Amino acid sequence: MEEMEVVLLTGLPIEERRDFILTKGKQKRQLKCDADSVAGSVSQRACVYCGARVVLNPVTDAVHLVHGPIGCASYTWDIRGSLSSGADLYRNSFSTDLKEHDIIFGGEKKLARAIDELVRKYRPKLVFVYSTCIVGVIGDDLEAVCKAASGKHGIEVIPVQSSGFIGNKSAGYRAACDALMRLIEPGEKKYVIKSKNINYLGDFNLAGEAWIIKRYLSRMGVDINVVFTGDSSYAALKKAAGASLNIIQCAGSMIYLASRMEENYGIPYMNVSFVGIEDTSNSLRNIAKAFNDPEMAYKAEQLIEHETALVKPAIQRYREKLEGKKAAVYVGGGFKAVSLIKQFKEIGIDVVMIGTQTGRPEDYRRIGDLVDDGTVILDDANPAELEKFMLEKGADLLVGGVKERPLAYKLGIAFIDHNHNRKHPLSGFIGAVNFAEEVYATVCSPVWNYI
Amino acid sequence: MLNSTPKELIERAGGAINPAKTCQPIGAMYAALGIHKCLPHSHGSQGCCAYHRSHLTRHFREPVMASTSSFTEGASVFGGGANVKTAVNNVFTIYNPDVMAIHTTCLSETIGDDLPTYIKATEVPEGKVVIHANTPSYVGSHITGFSNMTKAMVSYLAEASEENKKEQANIIPGFVNPGDMREIKRLAKHMGVKSIMFPDTSGVLDSPITGQFMMYPKGGARVEDIRDSGNSRITLALGSYASADAAYHLERKCKVRAITLKTPIGIKATDDFLMTLRSNFVKEIPYDLEEERGQLVDIMTDTHYHFYDKKVAVFGDPDIVAATAEFLLSLGMRPVHVLTGTPGGVTGASAGGFEREVKEMLDQSGVQANIKAGGDLFLLHQWIKNEPVDLLIGNTYGKYIARAEDLPFVRLGFPILDRSMHPYLPIVGYKGAMRLLELIGNALLDRVDRDASDEDFELVM
Repeated sequence: MEEMEVVLLTGLPIEERRDFILTKGKQKRQLKCDADSVAGSVSQRACVYCGARVVLNPVTDAVHLVHGPIGCASYTWDIRGSLSSGADLYRNSFSTDLKEHDIIFGGEKKLARAIDELVRKYRPKLVFVYSTCIVGVIGDDLEAVCKAASGKHGIEVIPVQSSGFIGNKSAGYRAACDALMRLIEPGEKKYVIKSKNINYLGDFNLAGEAWIIKRYLSRMGVDINVVFTGDSSYAALKKAAGASLNIIQCAGSMIYLASRMEENYGIPYMNVSFVGIEDTSNSLRNIAKAFNDPEMAYKAEQLIEHETALVKPAIQRYREKLEGKKAAVYVGGGFKAVSLIKQFKEIGIDVVMIGTQTGRPEDYRRIGDLVDDGTVILDDANPAELEKFMLEKGADLLVGGVKERPLAYKLGIAFIDHNHNRKHPLSGFIGAVNFAEEVYATVCSPVWNYI
Repeated sequence: MLNSTPKELIERAGGAINPAKTCQPIGAMYAALGIHKCLPHSHGSQGCCAYHRSHLTRHFREPVMASTSSFTEGASVFGGGANVKTAVNNVFTIYNPDVMAIHTTCLSETIGDDLPTYIKATEVPEGKVVIHANTPSYVGSHITGFSNMTKAMVSYLAEASEENKKEQANIIPGFVNPGDMREIKRLAKHMGVKSIMFPDTSGVLDSPITGQFMMYPKGGARVEDIRDSGNSRITLALGSYASADAAYHLERKCKVRAITLKTPIGIKATDDFLMTLRSNFVKEIPYDLEEERGQLVDIMTDTHYHFYDKKVAVFGDPDIVAATAEFLLSLGMRPVHVLTGTPGGVTGASAGGFEREVKEMLDQSGVQANIKAGGDLFLLHQWIKNEPVDLLIGNTYGKYIARAEDLPFVRLGFPILDRSMHPYLPIVGYKGAMRLLELIGNALLDRVDRDASDEDFELVM
């Protein structure tokens, strides 16, 4: 990010936000990111609990018990859109529903009772117990309660240290990864890749995306050991140490887990991205390369050629209609942002504004390398900033999450949900067509003519 | 997904499974959005604010603006006083609202943050107002939070500045949609009664698209009107859970007589609302409202045989559920399971008030029912397994039960995350009752069509 110009922030009264926004150009400055939001800001960000919950929620056969007052469980009840091929226990909402009495006298007893009742009813092999803000303050010993319950019922009861105030969403990803590490059984220490069995990290199987990737890999002769955490189960997660390679899609949430697994089990890892044709193709090639297997590489090339040929005509049709349109991107993590820039290029669209909630310095460096001069890059944006830059840059489309959708619509700007609320799989070759179609459906909708 | 719900009822003491409520702060945030040019402020971790905004956005499909104190570890050790100070300063400098409405969270309540002292110690710009409500998430529900923030509007703003009371009524609408608030105002206007509604989210969370983003849309109760509510002759609290506390507080503070009524859902509750206005302001019911009522009764008689003796499970927020149950009874239906997630005894309604009120109503109609104020959807599902129903009425979360038990399902209340239009089209008043009739009737008849064998499949129903 050395060659960036400081944008003139007239109209943005808050001085502290200056360092978080850049326009790509010629001046030298490092974009500030990964800092806490300012008190009093209308931040689009969430908390530690939120980060932990989104990472662990797709574990399908676990009881996900939220220890705290009701809200934290209510707001996260089945909102992820992670699909399951088997169990659906994870789609329920379990809360200790702490009351005033519990706050004063402690919530440990109620927690123990809740675990007992849920285990009796659902017979799970695994219970995650999430701590919320208040648990961190009233001093419940989650670890002790979980240990006792685990002994009593002969199942795994794992505490997730996710009190909301101890950091931001990224800290929640870490808390989730720590919980997952406790689950994984130690395997044999090995650096040599023997089998063609891999773990796929950072795909939450939204709209069945992990299944698409699983099919591609299977055609290359690669088996997925377990996906973290889309459509995963207790038994599959237990065996995670048996993989010979970890591939990571959502680096923001999973790089920590990957490095811990490398450290403890000697499993090497690599970043992949199945967003867009270019990144999907490169990722498949890189996986084959990692196995150093010419036959696999050949199969990968065949798959890429075949699938690309299948989707190219459709993409080309949409590209003709979308060429020259401008997109704004505001997503959670930096890795997705990087892929989206490339994917938009595939359909003839320039990204004129791009930001993330939790991007890291290296993400912003990559973003800076990819975008054209004049593109606004910003970290932890608030609605006023999103509005200002979308209008200033003439964006036709915003990619974002729940809170950004109506903001875009009010401005007469089209919208794509690249978050929990996506309705079609956006991964792989087929995902690239779905993405182009979604972009076309919203950008070229007749409704904009009536504003 | 709910296939593992056992039929056998079990005593539970370890919390909620599939809750029928959420926490106080979101209700406070919703109420605060009903003040014109108000920015709600969440005094807690960032996540609370983000969750409330997302949840409200999913229901209303509108931008929801609110700021947060962004608690960190430091704030939770040393107290959130510094955060409040910084937040007040930033909010007025950057977002420039007229009112900043702070609500607390479980975190700030537990560490003992003293909001009134913090606010007093903070410089608020000339002409601007900061109000606050204590909304500990571990007490009551989102309805309690709505009630508490509405009460805070009275505490901070209402004034009895004139010697004689004005010929005007305050209306506290309760936790209903902006479309309902519009309809209630329309009814009062038709009656020729000047009214002050607070909170009033119409024009805020159902605002039109203009091609511009308005941080503060045109709607919402004006601060000067809420001030003037202390000069009104009466306050109508619609729904005892969400509205009564504020009304009685106003009675104590400014001697404005408080009258608690049901949320005007259905014919009887709407009659009561209009008759109360009539008797207090010596007005005649205008012809066009009589006509609306007559049309409603006409439709009810035309279709009553569709509804007769149908068993219904209804759940949601207590004010809405109680009024809806009353309407169901007037149609000859039997609400055999009536459940809310809001425990009694936390706001205007006394402990056990909801259960007693609904039971009295059902007893009069000879309907035996399961009734619970502080229940959850796991319990409701068990009830339905033990005594099956013909129809389920409630918020979006009911869809799991509807699917598991293959029940016709009418979406009503908050939140509705999977259908649109609810914030716009009212369920209150005579027009709202007609809409409910349509929703319920269509759900029942669509099911009859779906299940009919070829020879029973009818054109005219």
